[in-house]
Amino acid sequence: MSPTETKTEKIDGWNRPPVIAPDGEGELLEVAMGPHHPSTHGVFRMDLALDGERVVRLKPVFGYLHRNHEKIAEQASYLASMPYTDRLDYICSLTNNWAYALAVEKLVAQQVPERAEYIRVILGELTRIQNHASSIGFLIQEMGASGTPLMYAFKEREKILDLFESLTGSRMMCNYMRFGGCRVDVSAAWLDATRKVVAGLPQFVDEFETLLSSNEILMARCQGVGILKPDLAVNAGVTGPMLRASGVDYDIRKVDRYGIYDRFKFRVPLGDHGDVYDRYMVRILEMRESIRIVEQALKEIPGGPIMDPKAKIRGFRPKPGEAYGRIEAPKGELGFYLISDGGPNPYRYRVRPPSLINLTVLEDMCLGSNVADVVLIFGSVDIVLGEVDR
Amino acid sequence: MNIERAALAPPLKIQQPRTTNHGSRTTISEDALLGEGILKGMAETAKNFFLSYVSKERLTTVEYPEQRIPTVEAARVFPFLVYDGVDWEAGLRCVACQICEKECPPKCIYIDKSKDKKPDYVGKQQFYPTRFDIDISVCMSCQICVEVCPFEAIKMDTEFELATDDRFGGLLYDRKQLARSNEYYHSIHPTEASEVDARLGEEKAKVEAKARAAAEAAAAKAAAPPAPPAGGGS
Amino acid sequence: MKTVEEIKAAIEAAVPGAGVEFVPNPGPAAEHSLRIAPASAVAVATFLHDDADLTLDFLSNVSGVDWPDKEIAEKVKVTRTVTKTVDGVEQSVEEAVEETRKRVEPGCLEAVYHLYSIAKKHGPLVIRMKTANRSDQVELPSLTPVWRSAEFQEREVFDLYGIVFRGHPDLRRLLMWDGFKDHPMRKDYGEPDDYEYEPTPHDHVLARAHERQSREQGTGNREQGSDVA
Repeated sequence: MSPTETKTEKIDGWNRPPVIAPDGEGELLEVAMGPHHPSTHGVFRMDLALDGERVVRLKPVFGYLHRNHEKIAEQASYLASMPYTDRLDYICSLTNNWAYALAVEKLVAQQVPERAEYIRVILGELTRIQNHASSIGFLIQEMGASGTPLMYAFKEREKILDLFESLTGSRMMCNYMRFGGCRVDVSAAWLDATRKVVAGLPQFVDEFETLLSSNEILMARCQGVGILKPDLAVNAGVTGPMLRASGVDYDIRKVDRYGIYDRFKFRVPLGDHGDVYDRYMVRILEMRESIRIVEQALKEIPGGPIMDPKAKIRGFRPKPGEAYGRIEAPKGELGFYLISDGGPNPYRYRVRPPSLINLTVLEDMCLGSNVADVVLIFGSVDIVLGEVDR
Repeated sequence: MNIERAALAPPLKIQQPRTTNHGSRTTISEDALLGEGILKGMAETAKNFFLSYVSKERLTTVEYPEQRIPTVEAARVFPFLVYDGVDWEAGLRCVACQICEKECPPKCIYIDKSKDKKPDYVGKQQFYPTRFDIDISVCMSCQICVEVCPFEAIKMDTEFELATDDRFGGLLYDRKQLARSNEYYHSIHPTEASEVDARLGEEKAKVEAKARAAAEAAAAKAAAPPAPPAGGGS
Repeated sequence: MKTVEEIKAAIEAAVPGAGVEFVPNPGPAAEHSLRIAPASAVAVATFLHDDADLTLDFLSNVSGVDWPDKEIAEKVKVTRTVTKTVDGVEQSVEEAVEETRKRVEPGCLEAVYHLYSIAKKHGPLVIRMKTANRSDQVELPSLTPVWRSAEFQEREVFDLYGIVFRGHPDLRRLLMWDGFKDHPMRKDYGEPDDYEYEPTPHDHVLARAHERQSREQGTGNREQGSDVA
């Protein structure tokens, strides 16, 4: 469904989302979608104004899960904030930990030993695989597939979460990275178990794709829906698979080359059209690339310490200064901005949430579509409310 | 009201799934049957369904609570206090240093230090906690208290079936409820417990060796004949 | 990418009259930033966005920072008339006396922007804008017309810090509800004491932790939430 001819309003030369005039008589129907809603991925509300079935205005309402994580971090020490970062994007706790550890290590110019970097890459890519699998699963469930692809995704996700549990002690709230390395060393048994799980992953992605990618219903519902143009995506700060599905080649693993990502050979899938189908496809292809990275890392992982012996653990007081550290989290660019005043607690601790900023263009993508498409477009943005609201 | 039959919607055009940089595995030829993708998907599901009768791997449901997956060794739920020996009060390793109380992120540990001291596992006089409460409705199982404890006194339990209907007191554990023996620690975290025991054993051996050397030196000094008094003057 | 000093020179060349200040960043990270005067902020931002060398087309992060008022105690030499006994005679003598004067340096609210370039794949450039004080002059120009990603982030800074962004298309609270009064991330935010909460056992723990914290920081008494029990 393409939007009908619209007039764009310019405010200070900036294109705001077009105002679609309702055709015909009658009032607009104002619907609040959420916060109790099975398809809103958490407590999230969208105030829709509908002209019949078409969306004329969409205003997202946030804050239902706001816990003021940034203020808690100002009153807790740097180490004590680490378990709280697990709970930001609660599906991908290890990448949150990594981003925070990276920001603090930047703040104090801390080195990380090689083995710890390899472990971080393995865990980060496993997190990416299970995040993309569950994200696609939830997207398809909202399309009406009643959970079958979701349960396929969760079957693999369980295996990965079991690996996390045997290493870090917890399936989801891992609290594993530390400033200067990792908390617990991986054993040879764990590496073997990981190899076994990773060996079964390509077959899982194949099964997933057989189930979904050529499914006519999926193609009819997703292709051409929720198109995001690349220049709007860049200007709106969209990052992650959503940006790459619009055709913009920007992956922070390739640009910043944080950690040891420049040692791994992997490709970055890009989309042509920027619609929901492209975002789905980019996630599937990114899963395949992540499998390649994990295989390479498992082959090359060296021995050695997992924590920098010079890292200060007790009485950690970074010198005054500030740093911004960011990683390519599964949902986009996750950044931490830290200002230190020399004390044990950060002076300012800011999380740059990819999910919130990716939602900037939700209105633009949904205008003119049906309500059913709004559910799909929203699912393809792939948000987690813990990150949006912090 | 339009009573004429609405025109049939145009037939679906099957579009090739496409991305730049590299294509995906699935391809559909232009003259494929409408519905072929759905049928392929259904074949996949049917395969899983029928094979689940023969292959254990495809049947992933664990019927809790009749069946239980054994807990992993590294699992952590809520903390507990370790005591050596038989008497939990005398053998409690905690010396009330209150480091875990300070480092706990949600501040769910509540310690009162004693006024007197009692001997610890090497015989040194240490304080002990007269009150050690953990509010497990607040505890987030982050395990930082375990990491920072210098005395191997607090460790993570794996017991999670802790639901209670006492809303106010039932989730506040005092030190009697938290104290568990070292044997229990061995049973839930065998590798970790053996390492801790080895380390504590080493320290105890060192302290004992030092004490023995000091005792021998003192005995030698006492037994030796008194040295002639140093003559004064040149 | 050019260094921060070179970018400053380029901005001053392109936007005459832009009040750009170099803010060094102590500490090992060495992420220096540029402070921009609010009056020319949109012009500078447009230049940074459109310049062929920089092409900073991607605004990654907008943060608010609260710098509270500082009480400064200064020792000042002041001439005072003092009655003193000189050689047994009481006289009024003018003397230079050292006095401690206290003055309040007004704090400010700050907005920090992290800019990257997707086209050129470089970055970051950190720019900052300060308000005049924390109470009544809290306006800053909005950079949303230049980078759309500032839309929700500036709303959040308005919500949590109270900086009013002029030129923002839809400035209302983002995370707190519309009728909320205070700004939660400010350093002097007082938690409301009308929480509806049950007297769970951890209230004692929480009260005890607060007491310990205030004892350690020496902040003295702090208003505690009303204990229902």
